Amino acid sequence: MSEMLNSTSEAQGSTSSQSGRVDSINEYEKGTSLWSDAWLRLKKNPLALTGLGFLVFIALACLCTPWIAPYGYEEQNLLLGASPPSPQHWLGTDTFGRDLLTRILYGGRVSLMVGLIATSVALLIGVTWGAIAGFVGGKVDAVMMRLVDIIYALPFMIFIVLLMVVFGRNLWLLFFAIGAVEWLTMARIVRGQVQSLKEQEFVEAAISIGLSKWAIIRRHLIPNALGPVIVYTTLTIPSVMLLEAFLSFLGLGIQPPQSSWGLLISYGVESMEEYPWLLIYPGLTLTLTLFALNFLGDGLRDALDVRASKD
Amino acid sequence: MLNFILSRSMQSIPVIFVVITITFFLVRFAPGGPFDDEKSVEPEVKAALEAQYRLDQPLFSQYAAYLGDLAQGDLGPSFKYPGRSVNELIATGFPVTAELGLYAILIALCIGGISGVVAALKPNTAQDYVPMSLAMLGICMPTFLLGPLLILVFGIWLEWLPVSGWGDLPGDKILPSFTLGAAYAAYVARLSRGGMLEVMSQDYIRTARAKGLPERVVVLKHGLRGGMIPVVAYLGPAFAGILSGSFVIETIFQIHGLGRFYVQAAFNRDYTMILGCTVFLATLIVVFNLLSDLLAAWMNPRLRSQLGGNQ
Amino acid sequence: MGNGFRSVTRAFHVLLTVFLLILGGLISGCGSSETRVESGNRTGVFHVGNATEPQSLDPHVSTGVPEHHIQLAIFEGLVSKHPTTLEPVPGVAERWEVGEDRLTYRFYIRENARWSNGDLMTAEDYRWSWERALTPAMGNQYAYMLYPIKNAEAFATGKIGDFSQVGVKVISPQILEVTLNNPTPYFLQLLDHHSAYAVHRPSIEKHGSPTARYSDWTRPGNLVGNGPFKLTEWKLYRHIRVEKNEHYWDAENVALNAIMFYPTENLTTEERMFRVGQLHMTKYIPLDKAPVYRENDPDSFVNERYLGTYYYQFNLSREPFKNVKVRQALAFAIDRDALIKTVLNSSVTAAYSLTPPGTLGYQPPKLVGFDPNKARKLLAEAGFPNGEGFPVIELLYNTSEQHRKVAVAVQQMWKDHLNINVNIVNQEWKVYLSSRDQLQYDIARAAWIGDFVDPMNFLDLGLSDNGNNRSAYSDPHYDYLIKEYIPSATTPKERLERFFEAETYLMEAMPFVPIYTYHTMFLRDKGVKGLPANLMDYYSYKHVTLGNDEVADNAVTEED
Repeated sequence: MSEMLNSTSEAQGSTSSQSGRVDSINEYEKGTSLWSDAWLRLKKNPLALTGLGFLVFIALACLCTPWIAPYGYEEQNLLLGASPPSPQHWLGTDTFGRDLLTRILYGGRVSLMVGLIATSVALLIGVTWGAIAGFVGGKVDAVMMRLVDIIYALPFMIFIVLLMVVFGRNLWLLFFAIGAVEWLTMARIVRGQVQSLKEQEFVEAAISIGLSKWAIIRRHLIPNALGPVIVYTTLTIPSVMLLEAFLSFLGLGIQPPQSSWGLLISYGVESMEEYPWLLIYPGLTLTLTLFALNFLGDGLRDALDVRASKD
Repeated sequence: MLNFILSRSMQSIPVIFVVITITFFLVRFAPGGPFDDEKSVEPEVKAALEAQYRLDQPLFSQYAAYLGDLAQGDLGPSFKYPGRSVNELIATGFPVTAELGLYAILIALCIGGISGVVAALKPNTAQDYVPMSLAMLGICMPTFLLGPLLILVFGIWLEWLPVSGWGDLPGDKILPSFTLGAAYAAYVARLSRGGMLEVMSQDYIRTARAKGLPERVVVLKHGLRGGMIPVVAYLGPAFAGILSGSFVIETIFQIHGLGRFYVQAAFNRDYTMILGCTVFLATLIVVFNLLSDLLAAWMNPRLRSQLGGNQ
Repeated sequence: MGNGFRSVTRAFHVLLTVFLLILGGLISGCGSSETRVESGNRTGVFHVGNATEPQSLDPHVSTGVPEHHIQLAIFEGLVSKHPTTLEPVPGVAERWEVGEDRLTYRFYIRENARWSNGDLMTAEDYRWSWERALTPAMGNQYAYMLYPIKNAEAFATGKIGDFSQVGVKVISPQILEVTLNNPTPYFLQLLDHHSAYAVHRPSIEKHGSPTARYSDWTRPGNLVGNGPFKLTEWKLYRHIRVEKNEHYWDAENVALNAIMFYPTENLTTEERMFRVGQLHMTKYIPLDKAPVYRENDPDSFVNERYLGTYYYQFNLSREPFKNVKVRQALAFAIDRDALIKTVLNSSVTAAYSLTPPGTLGYQPPKLVGFDPNKARKLLAEAGFPNGEGFPVIELLYNTSEQHRKVAVAVQQMWKDHLNINVNIVNQEWKVYLSSRDQLQYDIARAAWIGDFVDPMNFLDLGLSDNGNNRSAYSDPHYDYLIKEYIPSATTPKERLERFFEAETYLMEAMPFVPIYTYHTMFLRDKGVKGLPANLMDYYSYKHVTLGNDEVADNAVTEED
């Protein structure tokens, strides 16, 4: 064990003699070049581009649903009932005889919205909170992180029930509530990153040239913590979508006849042996979307990784 | 180091106290009481029931009485299960959930850790894409989909494994552990890949290589330790998350775990049970977050020297 | 990099070994191929899915059906029910006499009726138990099942404090005399309800105050019952095991050696357990599986009428439901046949009255049906021609797959036939209950499951002071019909005619829209005999036999 410790501190010692980081300060000062560089690098990554293309396609399809959907999402045909894919219903119908393709498209609107909004809320609160706690440190950090612990420990379901009762049923509220819970882990991750970053020379350099704390957080710490943040964001999006499905399933989320991908899947699971298409198509849509999202996220992470690009 | 642990432990006491207080009052404001049911309960009967559980007293004296009992380790009688104490219910459910969580985490670390590290060694090649895509399936497949699918294949079609239970029939622990582990494996894979990529581009790794250390030593000793920081930071919340979030698995597989008790307590408005579980989980969360912070600090050379100063 | 890869491969091997070890640990002991059903058939152990973990086995505390299904094995009523016809048959009492005035009942307790610890059962056991069941501090939610007894209600609500004024009298250790307030045709049925069971005084008092809910007396080893089985094992959320009670008066006719009850909350899981031979019998079956079993395995599929009505109720304190024509219009626009055939997989029967048809020979009126033209006409008369000007209303239900399906279909029917917009609101159970209690809804899904077989048990839902009404329907004439007109009937036939009159009155006012009559729907292994389905979902385990007929009586031990 001691050998391990020694060799690490040796390695660390040699790091301090290098000054690669100072360059990166200049790079961030320019601001735009980071993103244009990243874009150039992203363009070379075929998987990420495919992911991006697929996401744009899905988002457009869901956006234009009211104009392109072949049926109404609540339009029933009880006599038809559940039917397998056919020329009239490309992906089949559910037990009410509702067109599955239409329902997937409309469900996508809810799922993508919840993914986007709840994740943005989580990202915004989590990154800010974590960055401040990690950078300021000391008592402020302790208080902020203990607050995170408290919210972690509160019974989430009761919290959601109360929100619904006090503010009434509202889709936006649901998005917000999910985001308000998901930011906790994000804050912990960002704080850890910032804590280790702020010890590094380029931050110390920035402090010595008299940049304000806020400027340091904004210009140096957050961009450098982007990698893990992006990775965790791509992990958060699926989990908020599933949380929405879970809450809706329990009667705490969206109301029928509206639906979402997660809900379609959870209903599909119940009858997966009798009507497999009700599970396969929504499942495939969700899985492909999340795949695309993850490939894009990885691509972005790699593209924004300044150090890797220097190699 | 000892100071750190001590000060964090001291900080935890107010955290848990605040959690208890908020939860105590939160559950009382949720609509519906523990004794409401489909068939209406006559007022006299309801009054008698409330008297048996001190619910007829003013809220603040109930609160004081609860804290008094808690100080003696008594979490009170369950409202929903009149012959049981909350202590007994937790003592029954916790070991099961903990065992399930432990297997799941081990499976997640094995599958996720390996795929993440393997992928990071050759980014953007087949060696990266194949394990990462497999790992991604875990995130993209919600547990309420994966569980029934595994049951269908291994329990019903192949008849290799039992479809439900925990410790009742031989082999009945395999499917639930895998289902729960799969979701976490994906997270671990992505976090460890990100972490490894980050570390392998660090200067001290280059230095180590330049010094002619074998690649094995570089990867396993220097790389892994730094690269696993995000994973370790994630483990604390993940374990706590498993304890409170194994509800879906426990429901699908009919497992008598704490996750199921907790969610049902929330639905039943079993005040003492909600509070008991919350107190218990809050303590665990605080402990696990502390442990994971300690471990992350130990793995991060800079933070370690700051904490311990004993090198 | 090559080196790195090799080292990772080695690490991989190490981790793989760990992994396989875990796997091995998990699988350990794998190999037995006999299913529970097979071993159960061999050893005379009946494996039953029982919906949920029982709250309590204390007959004066418990409220649910799953609890009752276990209590039916470990307790027995003074009077029992015939497993098919549900007629009263001798239980602990071997016979009884009813007085001329139909108010006094004399029960003769069997001389060989014993508790599961061997103690003799006496009339005093019943007097003490019923005092306990009615004591206000007990908080017995089903105390009202004993209210037909003279002064029982006054005692239970604390108006009198002396139990000797209640109409329960011990004549001799073997004879119990009960006096009623009014002639009550269904009184004997109530004696098989858990609220009327006798409990064993010494064992309760040994474990604390007799009225305490938090007591250990219901634990295995402590619980003393008087049923054909006795409680031997209770593993929280896993199973409850009861074994044959050798002190039971009719023990020689009990074929089973033991019953295992499993809390099978998740219907899908329960069905899978049945399919792989882990259960002899399930509690329910998922809706989507009904057609599959009906087609492929009809012998295992049980689907029988149940004494319960599924209905929608209006909030009569809100506009536009104050108008009877609006209520009728909505009722006439529901196509029950289409709903049941498609959405509910023909697993229930359409209901056109609150009381299920055939309840104690009663045939209710049919005043409502599917008639879209009439519905539109009624709505127009109410001032909303073609749905114009009709507010957007909410349809409330509690979270459940089946309620959701019904609501979604009805929503569309109202849209199609009346051109009105309905929002569906799905609430978590307790929130839903409190919304209904506080009249915070427009239209709500509701259900009533009969406590006993008598139209009264359904029709009193419309009483203005009934806590289960929850619709703000209040009509003094209807109250008079239920409280005075019907009880004053002198013959059973006249009583039924008066029920018909009252229900006609209620259905014309239409505060409740009946949708369907419940069915019990579950799976049962073909080998299970002697457990007929009936209107009350009542089980008598006494005569149950399993699989092969040569069940070894002495082989109680079973590997688990």
